[in-house]
Order: sequence, then C-alpha cells, then structure tokens
Amino acid sequence: MSGKIMENELNTIPPHVFTEYKYGFVTPMETDEAPMGLDESTVRFISAKKNEPEWMLNWRLKAFRHWLTIKDKEPQWANIKYDSIDYQDIIYYSSPKQKIAPGSLDEIDPELRRTFEKLGISLDEQKRLTGVAVDVVMDSVSIATTFKDQLKEQGIIFCSISEAIREHPELVQEYLGSVVPITDNFFATLNSAVFSDGSFCYIPKGVRCPMELSTYFRINAENTGQFERTLIIADEGSYVSYLEGCTAPMRDENQLHAAVVELITMKDAEIKYSTVQNWYPGDKEGKGGIYNFVTKRGICKGDNSKISWTQVETGSSITWKYPSVILKGDNTTGEFYSVAVTNNHQQADTGTKMMHLGKNTKSRIVSKGISAGFSNNSYRGLVHVSRNAYNARNFSQCDSLLLGDKCGAHTFPYIEVKNNSAIVEHEATTSKIGEDQLFYCNQRGIDTETAVALIINGFAKEVMNQLPMEFAVEAQKLLAISLEGSVG
Amino acid sequence: MENIDNIYEQLDKELSMNGADNLREIRRGALEKFRRTGIPTTRHEEWKYTRVSSLFNKQLNLPVSGADLPFTREDLDALRLPGQAEANELVFINGLYSAAFSVIRSSGIEIVPLAIAAENEYAPIVKAHLGHSSKYHEDGLHALNTAWLRDGAFVSVKKSAVPEHPLYIINIADARKQHQFLQPRCLIHLAARAVLQVIDNNITIGNVDCLTSQVVEAVVEEAAFLEYYKLQHDAPNSSIVSTTHIRHVGKSNSHVVTISLDGKLVRNNLNIVLDAEHCESHMYGLYMPKGDDHIDNHTLVDNVKPHCFSNELYKGVMSDRSTGVFNGKIFVRQQAQKTNAYQSNKNILLSPEASVNTKPQLEIFADDVKCSHGCTIGQLDEDGIFYLRSRGISEDMARSLLLHGFATDILEQIKPLALRNYMEELINHRLELKEYEY
Repeated sequence: MSGKIMENELNTIPPHVFTEYKYGFVTPMETDEAPMGLDESTVRFISAKKNEPEWMLNWRLKAFRHWLTIKDKEPQWANIKYDSIDYQDIIYYSSPKQKIAPGSLDEIDPELRRTFEKLGISLDEQKRLTGVAVDVVMDSVSIATTFKDQLKEQGIIFCSISEAIREHPELVQEYLGSVVPITDNFFATLNSAVFSDGSFCYIPKGVRCPMELSTYFRINAENTGQFERTLIIADEGSYVSYLEGCTAPMRDENQLHAAVVELITMKDAEIKYSTVQNWYPGDKEGKGGIYNFVTKRGICKGDNSKISWTQVETGSSITWKYPSVILKGDNTTGEFYSVAVTNNHQQADTGTKMMHLGKNTKSRIVSKGISAGFSNNSYRGLVHVSRNAYNARNFSQCDSLLLGDKCGAHTFPYIEVKNNSAIVEHEATTSKIGEDQLFYCNQRGIDTETAVALIINGFAKEVMNQLPMEFAVEAQKLLAISLEGSVG
Repeated sequence: MENIDNIYEQLDKELSMNGADNLREIRRGALEKFRRTGIPTTRHEEWKYTRVSSLFNKQLNLPVSGADLPFTREDLDALRLPGQAEANELVFINGLYSAAFSVIRSSGIEIVPLAIAAENEYAPIVKAHLGHSSKYHEDGLHALNTAWLRDGAFVSVKKSAVPEHPLYIINIADARKQHQFLQPRCLIHLAARAVLQVIDNNITIGNVDCLTSQVVEAVVEEAAFLEYYKLQHDAPNSSIVSTTHIRHVGKSNSHVVTISLDGKLVRNNLNIVLDAEHCESHMYGLYMPKGDDHIDNHTLVDNVKPHCFSNELYKGVMSDRSTGVFNGKIFVRQQAQKTNAYQSNKNILLSPEASVNTKPQLEIFADDVKCSHGCTIGQLDEDGIFYLRSRGISEDMARSLLLHGFATDILEQIKPLALRNYMEELINHRLELKEYEY
C-alpha cells in the first residue's frame, strides 16, 4: 500500500531535464509601444489607446498626480535589496500589433498563438479539452478570452478590463479602487495611473461558475513594464475559482511588474484565487529577472462570504507581494496558502494581511518558504483583530526549509489583537532537511536528489492540495525545477 | 522637542571642554548618533507600538553629579526587598551611582565607579565591552544614555568567585518635586568560572512623573554563570525604558527572568549575544499590565557562534485598558551552525479594552539549525473554569487560580527563594483583589 503511494508521489516529480528557465524565449513580434518614460502624456496616451471614457482618464490622472507627490518615497521596509528603479527608463505600454480586435480565436496572429502553444496553453486545446476559460495578457494588453459566450449564458462577465471599462462602466466605476485605493501604496498608485490591461470578472447572484477562470500573463517586449489590473466581483451566493499564471523571457536587465488585484465578495459568495508565479528569476549570478511588486487584496463585504488565496511563487528576482483579506462581514473567512521558493540570488518578501473587522470571522494562514543558493526568503504577515471583531479566530503557520548555508529564511509576523474574545495562534519553524530523512530514503534505493524533491513535495503538500487539479501538477514540477542543482 | 535640544546643547558643551578621559570618545560618538536619530517615534520599526516621544513633552530635570543626597539611609532601608539587607547592594540615586549607599558584603565582588574603571586596571575590559549594546539599538534614547554617561558603575566578579549573596541593583528616583529623567548605566563583568545572581529593582518616591532610561551591560566569560532577575513593580507615575545586554564571550550560561507588574510605560530590551560556542541562555518573562499601563518586552538573541542553545518563554495577562507588546527576535548568523533556538509567547486578554501586539521574528542565515517560535492570544480556558466551578469554587476564584497557574511557569524560574515568595505574594494580591467583568 505504502509502496503504491510512494510510486505515485515519485511520478509527480519530473525527470530533471530542465536546468534552465524553459519559458525564456522571445517571440519576434511587431509591437505598438508608448514612448519610453512616464509623464502625464504617457497616461493620456494609454487612456486614448484604450478608447477610455473621460472618467477613467481622470481617475488615472488623479492617481498619477498622487504618485508624483510620493515618487521619491519608494517603500524601504521590505527585506529586499535592489538598485533603485528608474521609472523614466520603462515603456509603460506595449501591445502586439494587430489591426482589428479578434472576434474569434482563429483571427489571432499565428505568431502569437505559437507563443502560447510553447507555453503550454494552446488556446484551441484549452477550449476543447480542459474546459478552463482563459484570458491571455501579453505585455500590456489582453489578447484573447476564451469561452466567453458559454459564460455569458449564465450571466457571467469575463473579459479584459479595458473591455469592461467600455461595456460595463457602472460596475467598474463602483468597484475599481474600492479595495485598493489609488493612494494605497507606491506601486498600487503607479499601477492605477498606467495600468494597461488585465481581467475583469463578475459573477451574478446565485451563480456557481461552471469552470475555472484563468488569466495568463506574459511579458514579451524588451524594456517594458507590465501593469495589469484584475477586478473580480462575486455577487450574492456566487462562487468562482480563478487561476493566474505568469512567465517572461530571459533578459539581462530587470523588468518591472506591478499589478493590482481586487476581489469583492458579497453575502454568501466565495472566491478562490490561485496563482502560479513563474516570472523569469534571473540567471545564476542574479542578473536580470522580474521585479514583482504586486498588491493583492480582497474584501469579504457580505456576511458568510469567503476569500481564499493560494500562491506558488517560484519565479521573479524580487517578489514583494502580500495577498490580503479584509474580513468585513460577519462570519466571513479568509485563507492564505503559500509556497515561496527562492534559489540562486532571488529574494522574496511575501505574506499576507488578515484584517478581522466583523464578528465571528476566521482566518487561516499556511506559509511554506524554501530557500536555496544565495537567496533570501521572508514571510511577513499581519493578523489584526479590531476592537469590535468578537470571536475572531486565526491560525497561522509558517515553516521554512533551508537548503544550503548561504541562503536565509526570515519571518516577520505581526499580531495585533484588540478584542479579548479572539483566539489567535501562530507557530513557525525553521530547519533543514534531516539527515535521517535522507538516509531513510537512500536506504530504500531513492537517490538523494529524488529524496529531496520528495521531501519538499511533502513539505509543500498542505498548500499544493489547495490548488485546482490542473495547476497542482504544474506547480509540483515547477518546485522541482526551481530547486534543480541546489542540492547534492 | 525643546527639551531634547537643551539636552543636546548641554552635552555638546560639556564634551567640548578641555580635558580628556577614556570615556570621552564613546560619549562623543553616542552624542552624534543621538543628534542624528533623536527620540524614536512610532514610525521607527522597533518603537511601532510604544510611544515614548510624549514623555519628553514636559520639562525634564537631569540630575547633577555631586548634589546632596535627597534620602537618608533609613529611608532606603524601609524599601528593601527580602534578602537585600544581607546581600550586596548597588544603589543608584536619580540615575547616579551612590557609593555612600552601596555595600558589598560578599567576597570576590567589587564595585568601581565607571569613570575610574575606565582608567585603572579594568580599562581594557571597559574599552572592549562598554557600549557594545549600541550596535543593537539604532535609536537616540539608547545613544543618549551613553552620551550622558556619568556616575555609572562597574561591577567585577573575580575569577572563580561565587559570592554567597546576590547583587541587588536598586534604582531610586526622587519624584517628589521635579520631573526626573534618570539614565543609570552599569557594566558587569563575570570573569572565568564566576557566578552571580543579580536582582534589579526600580523604586520611585513621590508622585511626579519620571522617566528612567537604564542600560545594563554584562559580559560573561568562559564557564561563568549569570542569573538576572528584573523586577518591575513601580509607582504608576514612573516610566522606564530599560536595556539589559548580556554578551557571552566564553562557553557560559545565563538565566534571565523579567517580571513586569506595574508602571505607566515599561519598555524592556533584552539582548543576548551568544558570541562563543556552546553557550546556553534561558529567558523568561511575565507581564501583567492593568489600568492604562503599557508594557513592552523586546528580546533579541543573536547567535554569532555555532552550537548555542537558547530558550525563551514570555507570558502576558492584560486587564482593563492596558496594552502588552512582545517582540522576540532570533538572529542566526551564517557561521552559527547547529543553533537551537526556541521561543514561545502566550497572552491572555482579560478585558474587552485590553490589547496585545506581538511579533516573533526569526532571521536565519545558517541552514543546520532548529528554530521555532509559537505565539498564542486567547482567554482563560472555559473547561478549566467549569471544572473548578463544579467543585464548588466561585467563578472569580476559579479565574484567579487559573491565572495563578499561568503565572507560575515563570515564577518558578526565580531561583532565590525569598524573592520568589515575595513575587508570588504580589501576584496573589493582584489576582484576589481584581474582579474581572465579563
């Protein structure tokens, strides 16, 4: 029996063929770009490109003007080191050149389709086999959204945010910036001014979204920054599971990715948001790679609603990301499951914030950090129980695994409790893979590298189990690949 | 912040005067740091939950060396802790070492004014260890203590000496007329194989608000053993910011217990620097703020060398409108392989208006380590109360008993029996007087 389980476990670990970043290709494609640099005209340019209404332009300008007042105050508190970013040296808008908006998948540039086939998301195949609706964002703009019509029948809106601004202005106006206001933080403000595209999703009352919704982000063009914006609204009693994946080509210089994701759940609704982040992490010497500065936040607005974040972070040279939940309604639940892997010279400062405001709110945090090479991996989290949040309950666990003696693992959990009916628990451990565990495996004929992969899979399993099926397999492979060559 | 500017100018003038002594350089450096950093605000990460800047809003009186002593021997005798009369006493009056009131009753232990120790045969030790703690404190308050440094004390425990009685460090503040700003400073040196028990206590006399900024640095050499008991049971008008910095420079042990029961604002920084292999340190803390008290414990364990062990248990009971803060840092440097470091923090909130902010923090750069921290915030166990109630014990009594049990874990770490019984009495007194409202 146990032998069978073991075999299955081993099958999920791929042969170690990919030592390099396998998504590091560039697609030669003509692009439509904004002039390099950032000033008011860049914001106007992006807005005009997208045929945006007046209110949207004003919203962006408001954010941009605020950004000007804080542009010298980049946040310094995170446990990461990098050369300061020159915001004038970035192209803020880049779109694959295309004459007309595609009406169906067949009209998409064949070069572009090949790109996505290489990435393993053949749009046709997706459509036929997996039943996952995909919105693909390349560089700055949304390329294709599949399964739109099927979703429409149920009243679900799943489209690019630019389209939503044009087609559903009432929803966007009401909710955009309601969770992450434009003054929230440095990168969120920047994103609000220059975001170029992203996904929008609205699930109407009582609808259970019949398929996984998915966005695929790809940075292709050189010197560009990607600023996407995602807004998901789950109306009363609805449910949606949303996946997000990301890759980028290998380049020597660092590229900036500053996204904002906002989730809103009404009464009895639930959103499950999963991310597998595999931006280019830089090479072995730490050259290049994506700077991933992301603001993700959800609000459980209505009673009994639930938001769950699951993330597998293997890419990016710097990850700065704190998916949070504001538990505003009574009996609401927030969850955060994370596996963050850093190797070579990667740096990750990631975690979550759980803000307990309503009564009987619950939150659960499970964070697993794995560091190897010269990398640094930090967990930074906040659990806040406000004065009126009666019977709040939180459990947090953050474990770190160290592979090698040149890497670091850090935990910065903040716990603030202002209500005496709260029960808050936090525990953390840091250790390396036990010699005895390795010996046990070796003894049974499992070589060290496979044994390490096996142990890591076990270590991360609690989080991996939260991922939807399609992603879980992919994520496990990613784990093994990211750590390739770091043990032995 | 007019007061702060005055203090700076006064010190700047003093340090610019002619004459040189071995302490001048370190004081000058600290004064510059103070000018650069100032009094920490809540924007300072280490002071996020504790606001000290408002304590400097009033005119503070800095004590003058050589002034007439405001108390008599008899005044102080009345304030002695159990066991103190037979033991060694190191007395600070308004932050200044008082040779007149300090008594050594055991052999192998000596107290020398810090300014003299910096010039005589102790000079190399003073030079090597005085101000070591400043590396761990990037704030002006700590720097100011060093910059102001005068009438500090140096305690030396000779090689292999095991004094039969503890050393009581008694800080007395005269808060009868003026707002005092006290900055006692002490350096303790335990030579190889020496053993010392220290009991540190603050006493404020009078009702005017006063602020103490205390720094105690201790150096523990090969095979020495330091026990440090900090007792905070002071008047409601007294605020204290206290740094205890213990540096292990040889294979050695330490055992630290901090009990904070009263005080308007209490901030304890406890630093343990494990700067030699095979060191072991145990830290225990109990904080029970009430009323509007604010008690903040910051602990830091810096594992510099391999094969060290540290264990930490802090427990808090917050009642009324009080606030408890705990921050426990564990650093493991890259070469500190085979480190074992454990930390646990448990809190009970008794009233709807009490709050607690806790931040256990691990920063680990070595891979062959075992580190863990745990932290809980909750209430008294309802099952436990029911169990006692079903045996005819009143609800209030049941709660008191459970809290007593909660506190006992820490109390039993106090090894001098007289002190332990005294502390237990204080806590029992507190628990029985209090009627908790639910």
